[in-house]
Amino acid sequence: MSTSHATPHATDPTASQASARETTEGTVYTVTGGDWDEIATAAARGDDEKIIVNMGPQHPSTHGVLRLILEIDGETVTEARCGIGYLHTGIEKNLEYRNWTQGTTFVTRMDYLTPFFNETAYCLAVEKLLGIEDQVPDRASVIRVMMMELNRISSHLVAIATGGMELGATTVMIYGFRDRELVLDLFELITGLRMNHAYIRPGGLAQDLPAGAVDQVREFVKKMRRNLPEYDKLCTGNPVFKARLKDVGYLDLAGCMALGATGPILRSTGLPHDLRKAQPYCGYETYDFDVPTDTTCDSYGRFLIRLEEMRQSLRIVEQCLDRLEPGPVMVADKKIAWPAQLALGPDGLGNSLDHIRNIMGTSMEALIHHFKLVTEGFRVPPGQAYAAVESAKGELGVHAVSDGGTRPFRVHFRDPSFTNLQTMAAMCEGGQVADVIVAVASIDPVMGGVDR
Amino acid sequence: MSDEQSNGGGGNGAVPSPRGETGEVIDVRRGMFGAKEGGDTSGYGGLVRTVRLPGAASRPYGGWFDEVADELEGALEEQGLVPEEVIEKTVVDRGEITFHIARDHLPVTARVLRDDPALRFEMCTGVSGVHFPGDSGRELHAVYHLRSITHNRLIRLEVSVPDGDPHIPSIVSVYPTNDWHEREAYDFFGIVFDGHPALTRIMMPDDWQGFPQRKDYPLGGIPVEYKGAQIPAPDQRRSYS
Amino acid sequence: MGIEEKLPSGFLLTTVEQAAGWVRKSSVFPATFGLACCAIEMMTTGAGRYDLARFGMEVFRGSPRQADLMIVAGRVSQKMAPVLRQVYDQMPNPKWVISMGVCASSGGMFNNYAIVQGVDHIVPVDIYLPGCPPRPEMLLDAILKLHQKIQGEKLGVNREQAAREAEEAALKALPTIEMKGLLR
Repeated sequence: MSTSHATPHATDPTASQASARETTEGTVYTVTGGDWDEIATAAARGDDEKIIVNMGPQHPSTHGVLRLILEIDGETVTEARCGIGYLHTGIEKNLEYRNWTQGTTFVTRMDYLTPFFNETAYCLAVEKLLGIEDQVPDRASVIRVMMMELNRISSHLVAIATGGMELGATTVMIYGFRDRELVLDLFELITGLRMNHAYIRPGGLAQDLPAGAVDQVREFVKKMRRNLPEYDKLCTGNPVFKARLKDVGYLDLAGCMALGATGPILRSTGLPHDLRKAQPYCGYETYDFDVPTDTTCDSYGRFLIRLEEMRQSLRIVEQCLDRLEPGPVMVADKKIAWPAQLALGPDGLGNSLDHIRNIMGTSMEALIHHFKLVTEGFRVPPGQAYAAVESAKGELGVHAVSDGGTRPFRVHFRDPSFTNLQTMAAMCEGGQVADVIVAVASIDPVMGGVDR
Repeated sequence: MSDEQSNGGGGNGAVPSPRGETGEVIDVRRGMFGAKEGGDTSGYGGLVRTVRLPGAASRPYGGWFDEVADELEGALEEQGLVPEEVIEKTVVDRGEITFHIARDHLPVTARVLRDDPALRFEMCTGVSGVHFPGDSGRELHAVYHLRSITHNRLIRLEVSVPDGDPHIPSIVSVYPTNDWHEREAYDFFGIVFDGHPALTRIMMPDDWQGFPQRKDYPLGGIPVEYKGAQIPAPDQRRSYS
Repeated sequence: MGIEEKLPSGFLLTTVEQAAGWVRKSSVFPATFGLACCAIEMMTTGAGRYDLARFGMEVFRGSPRQADLMIVAGRVSQKMAPVLRQVYDQMPNPKWVISMGVCASSGGMFNNYAIVQGVDHIVPVDIYLPGCPPRPEMLLDAILKLHQKIQGEKLGVNREQAAREAEEAALKALPTIEMKGLLR
């Protein structure tokens, strides 16, 4: 952690723990702990109380490895900037060295709280490049929608839980993670994994719903309907909670449009912009749901919107369950459909032994086809495509470029967390230091998505 | 590989997606399995594959594309510009329209697209860099997607610059949201956005050398050792592309 | 507790090492060092269902100076590496490190320019926990294994001796490439 003083001043040369050096901006102290007296006396000599404080990248209330650079005057934040990139993973570059299907394994790890949105957006872009949007089976689309809406619930639960924890309301965190476990149980049942699923593949899904999944999801919807009012009881009317959140992190419509903010931040200004309604994908136009908005433009409004969106998601999940009909979950084109027939073995999920026995023993062509498709992958005609979905955090866009090969030439993710985090400065400047935490929590940035 | 695929058939039924007959050659690849300097015993050394991106489309583009193109041309004329000089070409592909813009006119075009009531693309979803090392003279592409919430439309702008002179005027003054996006494109591709308020690295450490997501920058993986075997890094393995 | 009945005169004889190890393992304070996906699973482990409080570890310390366990939960980027080392250096001795998840342990699937290929390039690691991300049960298991390790930790001269032996063993160990395994 380093703290710098805004006015130039000579320092005590006998600095023991705090080493000081002169820069054009003034004296910069590098603090290693236990030396605040010296900083305080040096600061007291200055004509103002302006101090620049680095918060993070390792800080319990900055939502992961986010670094906030705050210039504070007393308790007031006069300038706020973000430092990001501490979780840069090079996923976009890595994608260029794997085939198109393997790409889902990488994109699911970008924004790790919204894996199904990443996978769907990526797969929609690949399907657009392939020109097979119309061939994706209905059942696959319905399951995609169901998984995305369940994912929206789990993501909002973490947003509310960690937001509460950063405020010091540990109970909210315990409640949020309790309910998130219920969603993760469903994910585990359906995909085999709690996180990072790679379940949605170009052309459809990796596998169909397992037996009993529909009943479990129905059970969950019932349970969640019972649990959601607890957040209302705990937070919505809570005077302390309201006092901390109301009028904090204010950003109006003009600010949102200029800074490209989407998702709950944009909807908290009263604009019901939701890609599920505006540019429907996966058949969202056929579902009955509302887009909640609020006109407060503040953190409290965003909290209420998240809560209401979870209720709407439950409605959509129920509709998905009602319209699930037996059928394939992968495109019929054998040149694209991953030939795996998955089955659960003693060593985990893998290719079905019966299927292997069949192609190895009876059909040389099937074996060659399997080998080619798995090692080489399918070819995608050259061109570029942009596909966007309304993730839990806003517009998640994928710009995919193909050169006609079996691997992506370039995939770029327009992650909502990345864009929304830019609004931090506009929300925090002029406020109190404690309100920075609230504002950042209401943006709900996930550094995996910001840095990719 | 030639364009053998027929109409992509976009999700929007009203929008046809004509495909240019010839397309635009961006690269010519030889051989296979990533073998470049001799040593190729695969027998595929003589393979030649031309990479063609969809070429320019001609009028009518179909659907609302014509309306947007007309309005854009009209608005540019109002600004005293010749539309043919600003819009190098228009590509309609897979239900999406792409305007290739001459780099000098990008800020004006962006401002017109944002402010003209008939266009009103009020939201920019950032810039994505693409590096085509084989497309000589136009190696670096910056791709912008603009969304109009008023008219519920999405268009794409593409600006290409040569590797030797990677300068594109910044459009942060029009779309402040592009601040970080342009920094990211600079960080990964070395595209210099002139007029950006603080064009510094954003993802990589400040002292990083090179622009990691360019095609000529290696993936940077290390070989992985298993018991009795060594697996090369992903970019060192043979490939089919 | 039931121990009293087994101690006829109320005395219990043990070594200082054993007693210190027992005390240390029973109150490990983890530092919050969440990086990526694994951090979410780490938080889940601390929350209701898995309940890290059963092992006296639910208090994640915000300040490294109050912590003696660093759970490196997630991929470590080149930009984060110096920060990680500084946090480690700020922790008081004795301290332990769990490398949670395959990215922290070896770089995992992100074998590229941006990610440090294993956090053991920067800090000494006590427990490597595979998985992407590891389930909370796996983290609990890793923590229990670490408890065993802490319990058996040596003190004073014995500690130096143990360190020397560990170093000799490491020098003698066969490199991975020379090991016989499935691939040779």
